[in-house]
Amino acid sequence: MNYLQEGFVWLNDPLNWTNPGGLLDRLAEHLIVCAWAVLLGCVVAWPLGIWLGHRGRGGGGVVVLANLTLAIPTLAMLTILPLTPLGFGKPPVVVALAVFAVPPLLANAYTGLRQIDPETKDAARGMGLSGGQLLRRVELPLSVPYLAAGLRTAAVQVVATAGLAAFVNGGGLGEIILAGFGIGISNGGAGQIVAGGIVVALVALLVEALLAGVQRLVTPPPLRTGRRARPTAAAPAG
Amino acid sequence: MSFLSRAPAPAWPLAAPADDGPGNPWFSWRYVHDNADEILSALQFHVGLTARAVIIAMIVALPLAVVSYWWRPLTGPILALSGILYTIPSLALLALLAPAVGTTTDTAVLIALVLYALLVLVRNALAGLTQVPPEVRDAAAGMGYGRFGRLWRIELPLALPGILTGLRLATVSTVALVTVGALIGRGGLGDMILGGFRNNFYKAEIMTGTILCVGLALVLDLLLAGLGRVLTPWTRERKL
Repeated sequence: MNYLQEGFVWLNDPLNWTNPGGLLDRLAEHLIVCAWAVLLGCVVAWPLGIWLGHRGRGGGGVVVLANLTLAIPTLAMLTILPLTPLGFGKPPVVVALAVFAVPPLLANAYTGLRQIDPETKDAARGMGLSGGQLLRRVELPLSVPYLAAGLRTAAVQVVATAGLAAFVNGGGLGEIILAGFGIGISNGGAGQIVAGGIVVALVALLVEALLAGVQRLVTPPPLRTGRRARPTAAAPAG
Repeated sequence: MSFLSRAPAPAWPLAAPADDGPGNPWFSWRYVHDNADEILSALQFHVGLTARAVIIAMIVALPLAVVSYWWRPLTGPILALSGILYTIPSLALLALLAPAVGTTTDTAVLIALVLYALLVLVRNALAGLTQVPPEVRDAAAGMGYGRFGRLWRIELPLALPGILTGLRLATVSTVALVTVGALIGRGGLGDMILGGFRNNFYKAEIMTGTILCVGLALVLDLLLAGLGRVLTPWTRERKL
């Protein structure tokens, strides 16, 4: 394919990597925004999901919330938030991405605590553990694989979606593609568009592979056999 | 051709929001009233693109699911491939497709939408097919059903709840994804969202597009849920 070749030619030019606003700059921007968004999502979703799961209530609410966020277009969230008092730049992008990170984190934290064998919890209670001790010593360690699975889904989704931030002046790797569109497809921008697409896709796949490894590491060996926690609400990477 | 010029090119003409009081309100009935035609055509385009994408994905996904159900060794590769496709950001996919198929038509958007809907559909159809109880399958084989007869008369109907769940998920996420198409040219309600943003941050236009989009997703979801109830009466009886 001709366009693919143009893309590789663009990627082969070291200046395109090291220039100000080049690939490396954009990559750093991209990853920083994503890290903040995932962190914000975790701070909101994990305590809530763990508490709901510990109490054993609110499962219906979690499902409704997860399904509802599927229906919100990413683009709308990214366009609306800058117009609120948050203003332009990074903060609205971080918040918008965090909104999409919350459902997988929340749903997996909730299922993680709910899937624990009731007999295990009874045994722990019988040994005289209080509610807080039960949570800290039994429930949380046992739900770590689920928390990790949620983190993985959320992080990949955020990294993939962050590409759209460029269209609302939020920076990130999407800027490369956007700049290519600005040149115009027939005037040589196509190579850059394709190159940007390749890089964004590769970054998403790398993050997915890396976090899959992390998830495997934190899953205790007896639990590893193929029974991977399915993400409850994974939207296509916006 | 710079179809994504950030400068002028307002896709949606402004209709003097002067009567809405001062400033730039989030909701403006006047905007909706004055631009009813454009809004309706955007909605129509959105529904059309969603329907085409989901139907094509369904036509591709069902045979794939059946093939990976019949030949188990294929299940892993098919699921892995569609999982990788799912991870690729929509923007990246559009960036790879747009130069190849051009941006004057909505083909690039359609291909991307189909690819994303595919995974949900295949995964759910496969889950629905594999949870058909082995006794049922044996009984059907004992009654003399061949492979296709069994699939058509017994396994597919029993897998229907799973297939419909996948269809609902795919439809809702496709409605939301169509908007991304606005970035490379045509995106139905996404054109309104992005158009309002470029058009001096015209909030009423952005909000109208967003609300219609979410509303459309909910309506389609409810319709499919109703269809599911009609098509699978036995699941209702079991719950009683």
